Amino acid sequence: MTMASASSPISPPESGAMTRRSRPVRDFLVRLVRDKPLGAAGAGVFLFFALAALFAGVLAPYGVNETSLYRRLQAPSWAFPFGTDHLGRDMLSRILIGGQLSMTVAVLTSGLATLVSLAIGMTAGYFGGRVDMVTQRFVDAWMIFPDLILLVVVISVLGPGVPQIIIVLGLLYGIGGSRIVRGAVMSIRENTYTRAAQTIGATSFHILWRHILPNIAPVVILLFTSRIGAVILAEAGLSFLGLGVPPPAPTWGGMLSGAGRSYMYVAPWLAVIPGLCLTLVVFSINVFGDALRDLLDPRMRGTR
Amino acid sequence: MKDYVLRRIAVLPPTLFFASLLVFFSIRLIPGDVIDLMLAQNDVASSADRESLRAALGLDRPIWEQYFIWAGKALTGDLGSSLWQNAPVSSLLLQRLPVTLELGFLALIVSVTVGIAIGVFSAVRQDTAADYVLRSFSLLMLSIPGFWLGTLVMVFPSVWWRWSPELEFSPFFADPLRNLGHILPPAILLGLALSAVTMRMTRTMMLEVMRQDYIRTARAKGLKEGAVVFRHALRNSLIPVVTVIGLQAPLMFGGAVILEQIFALPGMGSLLLEAVFQRDYPIVSGVFLVVGVSVLVINLIVDLAYGYLDPRVRRS
Repeated sequence: MTMASASSPISPPESGAMTRRSRPVRDFLVRLVRDKPLGAAGAGVFLFFALAALFAGVLAPYGVNETSLYRRLQAPSWAFPFGTDHLGRDMLSRILIGGQLSMTVAVLTSGLATLVSLAIGMTAGYFGGRVDMVTQRFVDAWMIFPDLILLVVVISVLGPGVPQIIIVLGLLYGIGGSRIVRGAVMSIRENTYTRAAQTIGATSFHILWRHILPNIAPVVILLFTSRIGAVILAEAGLSFLGLGVPPPAPTWGGMLSGAGRSYMYVAPWLAVIPGLCLTLVVFSINVFGDALRDLLDPRMRGTR
Repeated sequence: MKDYVLRRIAVLPPTLFFASLLVFFSIRLIPGDVIDLMLAQNDVASSADRESLRAALGLDRPIWEQYFIWAGKALTGDLGSSLWQNAPVSSLLLQRLPVTLELGFLALIVSVTVGIAIGVFSAVRQDTAADYVLRSFSLLMLSIPGFWLGTLVMVFPSVWWRWSPELEFSPFFADPLRNLGHILPPAILLGLALSAVTMRMTRTMMLEVMRQDYIRTARAKGLKEGAVVFRHALRNSLIPVVTVIGLQAPLMFGGAVILEQIFALPGMGSLLLEAVFQRDYPIVSGVFLVVGVSVLVINLIVDLAYGYLDPRVRRS
């Protein structure tokens, strides 16, 4: 089920269009804006932050670690729209560059998680039987561990750093998400076209790649988006606990927890602005993910 | 039902086995080993000290042997001793577990009440303004970093109304009011954050059930809308919602780590952090294991409750 064919049953046939070209992306965007205005708004806000993160280097008015004791703890003004921190660093620049870091970690982690989900879910779902039984107990075992606790334990052992966060969360979310891929693969495995491909002697790899993967695309897209918010929050939480990306790297979580908390009374903008940015990004991607869930895949309803 | 219970229990040992491997080997990831870290703070240690400590901790044996010794002891409730405090890990855990469980239980009550209420309302009033506002609120609570909101709750009420949460912990049975005054604020924050998951599930199930023929029948025979929603639709929608509680269990322990830190609660989360910063690895792996087993047990209870509540499973 590609996105185009998913939408075709409900969109009326275009009059006079003998050869209706398939435009999955455009059709999808139209449906998003028409049926899920809130989700569309979420996508817009997230895109805004993503672009700001992408061009952070150009947009940042000052250097990230440019300190000046003459302009410590200044309230927001025209020169410093988001104020300055306890070392006189421009908060706008730090939030922009910090956003870049948070977003990069989120996208890489979600990407890794999706790949892990696909690898485990497709194997277990397609081959079934004993392979599936063993895999599922392994997945059960991973799913009982809270993300933050696993992170804290691994980082206590390996020390803080970006790769650790990406690998641990990527594995954890990926293994958890493999359930959803497995479920989707199992329902497609029984279709006649899969059987037909098996009958004419197609290899398992070919079937998985050409017949199953395209059909679980909606599930994969959903898995990817649904993890982004969780990763951003987990990274911020880790920084709060003092186990995140080490300073002076400007992460949103770090800004909230370090100076942001110590100067809460004298300079509330230090904690309020990064917190609002973080909440807004996570909220917008969650709202978008919710809309996506409703639009893309009715079978996802009620799955784990 | 009997088959269902047996099947459910049969999957426990393999899951537990994999989980114990994960706990054991995540601690063994340490480059070098625990001994180097332990002695890093101690300059006078000789290599003889090192060897004797290694032998005392059983680290000179092959790794598989170490695993089986560790797992065997863990099964009998012996999780080793703290490296710095002269106390067995299991007794430290027993002191801290009730606090976290209380926090989690109260959070669960908040999350289920709020989640089901919003879920039902927004399903019945689907696509109205109220539906959007309430759902957005619930999603917003899921999106706010817990430590940030927690800090705001600590700071702003004290500035505005001169009110601040308790910071001195008193056990529930010693002083229930003070205890609740301390635990309720973080429990409400955690519960609201988790409510989005319950809300989403309740809403989807309600929307699905409300389209069923028997709901149309109930309306057709003239039942009041309230009776249709609560007696016919809600009862059938809630069965799958029960499973969400199991999914929330890990989130609850994860959130507790941060909230215990902010609100100075002596629970599992703060024990874990203290241990991490002191590099007290027996405690770290003890907390890790106990959290995992707790989640496993909660999931088992939820699944059994589900089997009991769903007549299709119960009568099979």
